[in-house]
Amino acid sequence: MKTTTYAAGILEAYEYLLTNHQDFFIIGQGLWSPWYVGATMTDLDKKFGKDRVIDCPVSELATTGATVGASICGYRPMIVHPRVDFMLLAVDQIVTQAAKWRHMFGGNSTAPATFRAIINRGGEQGAQHSQSLHSWFAHIPGLKVVMPYTAKDARNLMISSVLSNDPVVFLDDRWLYEKEEEYTEIEIIDLNDVLPQKLREGDNITVVGVSYTSLLCEKACEYLENTQGIKSDFFDLRVLNPLKLEEIIKSVNKTGRLLVVDGDWSSCGIASEIIASIMEKVNLDSLKSSPKRITLPDAPAPTSKALEQLYYIKEEQIVETIIELVK
Amino acid sequence: MKQEVNELIDPLKFRDRIDIKGIEKSMLVDMLRKMVLIRKAEEKLSEHVESGKIKCPCHLGIGQEAIGVAVSLVMRKSDRAFGAHRSHSHFLALNENTYSLFAEVLGKYDGCSHGMGGSMHIVDNDNGFKGSVPIVGATIPIATGAALAAKMDKAGDISISYFGDGACEEGVLHESLNMASIMNLPVLYVCENNLFASHLHIDLRQPSNSTSRFARAHHINYSTVDGNDVVGMYKLLKSEIESMRSSNTPYYLEAYTYRWKGHVGHRDDIDVGVKRGAQLDAWKKRDPIKRLADSLIHEGILTESECQNLNNEIQNKINSDWEKAELASFPQNEFLITQVYS
Ligand SMILES: Cc1ncc(C[n+]2csc(CCOP(=O)(O)OP(=O)(O)O)c2C)c(N)n1
Repeated sequence: MKTTTYAAGILEAYEYLLTNHQDFFIIGQGLWSPWYVGATMTDLDKKFGKDRVIDCPVSELATTGATVGASICGYRPMIVHPRVDFMLLAVDQIVTQAAKWRHMFGGNSTAPATFRAIINRGGEQGAQHSQSLHSWFAHIPGLKVVMPYTAKDARNLMISSVLSNDPVVFLDDRWLYEKEEEYTEIEIIDLNDVLPQKLREGDNITVVGVSYTSLLCEKACEYLENTQGIKSDFFDLRVLNPLKLEEIIKSVNKTGRLLVVDGDWSSCGIASEIIASIMEKVNLDSLKSSPKRITLPDAPAPTSKALEQLYYIKEEQIVETIIELVK
Repeated sequence: MKQEVNELIDPLKFRDRIDIKGIEKSMLVDMLRKMVLIRKAEEKLSEHVESGKIKCPCHLGIGQEAIGVAVSLVMRKSDRAFGAHRSHSHFLALNENTYSLFAEVLGKYDGCSHGMGGSMHIVDNDNGFKGSVPIVGATIPIATGAALAAKMDKAGDISISYFGDGACEEGVLHESLNMASIMNLPVLYVCENNLFASHLHIDLRQPSNSTSRFARAHHINYSTVDGNDVVGMYKLLKSEIESMRSSNTPYYLEAYTYRWKGHVGHRDDIDVGVKRGAQLDAWKKRDPIKRLADSLIHEGILTESECQNLNNEIQNKINSDWEKAELASFPQNEFLITQVYS
């Protein structure tokens, strides 16, 4: 069996896009650096040239704005922010410019830029190097938000994001880079057709994860099925905006139970949105327990390892919560 | 026209003894002690990044000690300084508290941020260090606001903004300089130009290696100096700071220097392909500490053995502070939540 990793998936997407789409280029900090973007962009500058894989000054706002500008003029560029935290310096260009561009000009002009940012937390990096903030971006109409969990998706959805006619925030997770799975061939999928994917089948509970928490959920569900016979319908969300929850609603109607696990804060987060949207449409009589979410504590990330261990979501928490909901 | 001709970036120059005339002996020894303390503290950190005891990202400023020390000696306790990701020297120059820094880097409650910040988020209110953060450029406007507050206080205090040449590429520098200039704010902008921003040399990032062009554009007085000459910077700042305090004017100091370590951690980055080998060797010969020590010995202010004693004393203090910090406790679990709001 040929295998691949999440990081290799991203690299393969780049190779595909740079080879097949002359209008695609990449700009961002650290693209020529040996350590910035992990194994996701190794040697691309050497293969495809430094004028299509562009390292740049420490200027998030200008480089992101330039990406938007080039996208308006016929290119399909991507800006890479090696941490989501740094992308916040560019938020006006993403949220107030690119996301509105098509709508405010009545469809006469569009900004199909891709904003890739890497979630890169833990390791005692503290409050300003550990955020995820995907819920923020998912709040914005006009901005698609994509968060792959599998290696296959990291590759295929990156291609879909770049080829999408809308601006897309693409968030990949450094904690998934080494994740290995069976190799598949590239599939070109329209981002509009991408739905949450069901990765496990079961009647006892519906579990929803996103990005890294999907890994935790998948392991927890597998463990519970093997040890206690608890079977979960497990969905990996993939696209946070626009949300397409029909399949998950059907599932909750079937299982009567819902758990959402998200590695961002609770308040106004994607987990709240998923639960609220499902509760509006689900058959309430079918519910066997109140829906639940597992998120980060409502605090910035500490550096001290003693507290960092408490801070991040663990598989055991998911296992315990599922047992509590199902019993 | 790409490169401004600038001999200050030439490591073959400025290697000799420095001019210490007109400065009191106690001040000169103080400068040496502080620089040695910072050097040895960072060497200790480097050792334990390598040993794996330090997990948080540690950006070492070995080779850049002179700048923070010169600035600290013109500051008073009511002034307010702000740093960035590479700020151990700014912090230690003001308080010499290696225990507090070591405990912080180890995530211990006794650390200056009670273990919540690590190497990149350090603070010491009592000595005028208001905080450092790793978001590049983020404290430039904050220091500018601190200068606005100082001006409103009318007590002649100033604020200090430490940043690197990379931070000059963030738009907020331009906004801040413009504001400080038009509003007459007493902020000392200190650009530690070490020619690198992580892996990229300034020649690949800016059309000139002189960032003081930004000060010029905003009509702010500036100087471009040898950042490895602590006495030269001290003399300059001492005279400039008086007018900053009395007339609320901003000032921009561009100090050329070089970091001996890589961007982060104990390695030098040559191992991962950053091309700076020959330059690095040459800059090590432009050592700010050795230049001052040689001058003191040459002028008969300190003997070789007095210098050696000073080194030994500092090393002992650092060793014992490190050992104590290793034994200190971690913050209590509640701290995660209780520090979010006041
Ligand atoms: C807004 C932001 N962008 C990018 C980074 C990543 N980063 C950390 S330090 C650094 C280089 C900064 O260079 P400089 O300001 O010259 O300081 P030096 O590291 O040389 O001391 C970069 C790009 C960051 N921390 N924050």
